[in-house]
Amino acid sequence: MSLELQNIVKRVGADTHIYETSLKLEPRSFNVLLGTTLAGKTTLMQLIAGIQKPTSGKIFFKGRDVTGAAVQKRNVSMVYQQFINYPNFNVYDNIASPLRVAGMEAVEIERRVGKAAELLRLGPMLKRKPSELSGGQQQRTAIARALVKDSDIILLDEPLANLDYKLREELRDELPKLFADRDAIVVYATTEPNEALLFGGNTATMHEGHITQFGPTSSTYRKPHDLLTAQVFSEPPMNTAKVEKRGNQLTIFGNQKWPIGQAGSKLPDGNYMIGVRPYNVSPNKDGKALGSFDAEVLVTEISGSESVIHTRIDNSTWISQSHGIHALPLGSQAKLYVDIDQAMFFDANNRLVS
Amino acid sequence: MSSKTQNNKAWWLVAPVFIMVAFNALVPLMTVVNYSVQETFGDNVFTWAGVHWFQDVLHSERFHSALLRQLLFSGIVLAIEIPLGLGVALTMPRKGPWVSVCLVLMSLPLLIPWNVVGSMWNIMALPDIGLLAKVINGLGIDYNYTRQPVAAWFTIVLMDVWHWTSLVALLCYAGLVSIPDAYYQAAKVDGAKTWAVFRFIQLPKLKHVLTIAVLLRFMDSFMIYTEVSVLTGGGPGSATTFLSIDLVKIALGQFDLGPAAAMSLIYFMIILFLSWLFYTLMMKNEDA
Amino acid sequence: MAKISIENLRHSYLPFPNPDRDEDYVLKKLSIDWADGGAYALLGPSGCGKTTLLNLISGLLVPTEGKILFDARDVSRASPEQRNIAQVFQFPVIYDTMTVYDNLAFPLRNRGVAESVIDPRVKEIAGMLDLTSTLQKRASGLTADGKQKISLGRGLVRSDVAAIMFDEPLTVIDPHLKWQLRSKLKELHQRTRRTMIYVTHDQTEALTFADQVVVMNNGEIVQIGTPIELFEKPKHTFVGHFIGSPGMNVLPCEVKGGKASFAGQTIASENAANFKGQSQKLEIGVRPEFVSFAKTGIPADVVKVADAGRFRIVETRAAGSSIKLLLPEDQVVPTGKVNLAFDKAHTQIYADGWII
Repeated sequence: MSLELQNIVKRVGADTHIYETSLKLEPRSFNVLLGTTLAGKTTLMQLIAGIQKPTSGKIFFKGRDVTGAAVQKRNVSMVYQQFINYPNFNVYDNIASPLRVAGMEAVEIERRVGKAAELLRLGPMLKRKPSELSGGQQQRTAIARALVKDSDIILLDEPLANLDYKLREELRDELPKLFADRDAIVVYATTEPNEALLFGGNTATMHEGHITQFGPTSSTYRKPHDLLTAQVFSEPPMNTAKVEKRGNQLTIFGNQKWPIGQAGSKLPDGNYMIGVRPYNVSPNKDGKALGSFDAEVLVTEISGSESVIHTRIDNSTWISQSHGIHALPLGSQAKLYVDIDQAMFFDANNRLVS
Repeated sequence: MSSKTQNNKAWWLVAPVFIMVAFNALVPLMTVVNYSVQETFGDNVFTWAGVHWFQDVLHSERFHSALLRQLLFSGIVLAIEIPLGLGVALTMPRKGPWVSVCLVLMSLPLLIPWNVVGSMWNIMALPDIGLLAKVINGLGIDYNYTRQPVAAWFTIVLMDVWHWTSLVALLCYAGLVSIPDAYYQAAKVDGAKTWAVFRFIQLPKLKHVLTIAVLLRFMDSFMIYTEVSVLTGGGPGSATTFLSIDLVKIALGQFDLGPAAAMSLIYFMIILFLSWLFYTLMMKNEDA
Repeated sequence: MAKISIENLRHSYLPFPNPDRDEDYVLKKLSIDWADGGAYALLGPSGCGKTTLLNLISGLLVPTEGKILFDARDVSRASPEQRNIAQVFQFPVIYDTMTVYDNLAFPLRNRGVAESVIDPRVKEIAGMLDLTSTLQKRASGLTADGKQKISLGRGLVRSDVAAIMFDEPLTVIDPHLKWQLRSKLKELHQRTRRTMIYVTHDQTEALTFADQVVVMNNGEIVQIGTPIELFEKPKHTFVGHFIGSPGMNVLPCEVKGGKASFAGQTIASENAANFKGQSQKLEIGVRPEFVSFAKTGIPADVVKVADAGRFRIVETRAAGSSIKLLLPEDQVVPTGKVNLAFDKAHTQIYADGWII
């Protein structure tokens, strides 16, 4: 029951929205599309749903070519960023609507709606109209409607983006549980790397109409094939700089010397791009292979338990995210330590080499 | 990323419309084209006339003056109705019980059939019994639209303004209420005066609506027939003989089908061209 | 620039609220003092009244009761213009037909400032906001973050502004640009030292931006404090839950003779000794950051492990309650039966929701 996109291309006029892409989604999998606005996530979802047709390429579902099949024949459910419900139906009728369209028996409808409402904790609100619900409840109703029918494919397009932070946290926790025992392929689009990480499953990182990498979330995060994937999958943004490797030494920011560390020790001498995640840069001296640099503090952000220090070094911005409170004044010089063992090295073509 | 839903079967649903359009637009239009290039004396006997009728019409003094009148009329009507409608929309309430009262009152003139509008104003403006005429004459102004060209023009313009300003006002009102509150709040915070709010927020946000209003009012006023025909019949003399009225006179009054057909096509092309011109001018500088 | 004081402020959207019915009011008797030049945040869930409070301060609403003072001046009924407040809205509000330059100059021109004064001022602000290269472009062609910078710039450009208010300004901004814009805001605050008030439901934004955060719920202030105070010593379990990701673990407990116990185990806490009353709902509050695996302690089962990149969120169950803890990326996560220990200095007892 897998879904396969083969050499899909989507062009609209002179613009290419999706460059040649192949993707295979396994049955019962949770797949995240991660990328910025306009990276092509929505287009890809609409191609899967059949709302749009690819300019070229084929889509197979259960081994059958469904490229030309209409949306109605694909048995998909979709949840959008905006809370889309029928305004003049109450919650019960909203959830029941896809089943009624399918001509299901009333008893069965009641059983299924009851179950979906219970899962999403909508039980006490079944008689209310969408306008009488909070944003979180409206979105739950929309999700319940997607769950209630036995869809083969469930598409969620940034469903939590318009919700309050805490509600988002709650639903983010619940969603994978809801889909866990379903025989469906789930595709979830988001702009937030942290959301992708917490969901687990598989992640496809997208950038300007390309899928840069697709695989298990943890390995996409920890072993990105290239710099672009690493950058898309990093929040706060990944720190990068050019380095020169000579023997056991790295030269960075023009004249700083760093030890090579485990990550880059096997590399031949030469020029590389180094990528360091902000939480591997700290004002505290701990860890093993350490490089250090002095930088001008642009701004320090302190949340309750951590400090995020934005600095300027060699005309680029490096960010440090560390435990504890480090209130460094604006414009001061700070010494920051880098855990080079955790660094990533990219070659001239921005491919990960170590 | 805006992209439309695709479903090829939907084309079949459009088919009835195509057939309808073919019968009530394409077929009559082609008939007119047919007439415009041939000479006929009835009995379905046709002889080829080439572009003869077109040359005739384009060189005719009568056509020129009718066209000029028509342009003048549309110009005057647009110059009054658009600012007036916008002004009315700006003064209408946005909230509260008066909204619906205003909306109903505004739509009343739009509900009256065109020939009734003509008759109404005819009766109102009649020199001997009309209320309008009585009032104006009471002010010491000599007013008789059946004899004075200026009075006839005044009456027709007044009638059109009465009939159609509310359309412009309603369109503008719909545009105004769709402007988010945050814009007005930001303007307050920035210390903008009423004029600046109008100039930099309301007017730019109304651009699309105004374009539609101008197009609708232009096309309608350029094709005006019924009201004028009922009210003045094109007179006194030919003072209010617009293109549409002249066209009917030639076609049905004199049965000159060839010239009338050529004139219709030229008329059609003028409207098409001017509408395109308005649209392009107003949509110029539009961001992609 | 001004010190802002709010005295017994109450607000209702009803035309004739009943003064004895609390539910008629979206804001219930608030008092706050904000010093000149600080960075403040109003944090709370949707519907807690934070946007109402913001609009009352900026003068877009008139309060039902109570006073708002700028320095010693009562401005409760003054217009936004008289108050000299600038505001950045949730969705970017720009003047579409104007260039970026004209947008920035607009508030000054409205106040009749001479062009010779406007020009250097606009250029200075554009420099701070990295908008210099776009000054002559039409504002409508900019991206969402560029437009929000313009809104902010229109506030900064005036030297007489009493305060700049932000109403969830990062809603429409992508995460990677959020980081940039947020740190830019903070940097601008430190450079200009204007009073800034930031309304949000996002704890990260509130904590990183503000020197002092006002946490609101149901029209009331639950706690006012620095980010560190809110994190380390939440006064109410609501604050504990609302701030921190994931929020504080809240567990039912008993307190006898100055000792707290949960699931039959005595739990060392910072404040159990202070407890004198009785027959109240008692709870232990401890953040996931301060829970660790131990050889002995509270027996629990590991239920779920979520990977958050630099750390893992481990969910366990003990005596019918869920307890979450955070583990660094490189630490091995045990499975099955485990024992948990709480950090005493960060374990607090709450009675009826409030810290004792």
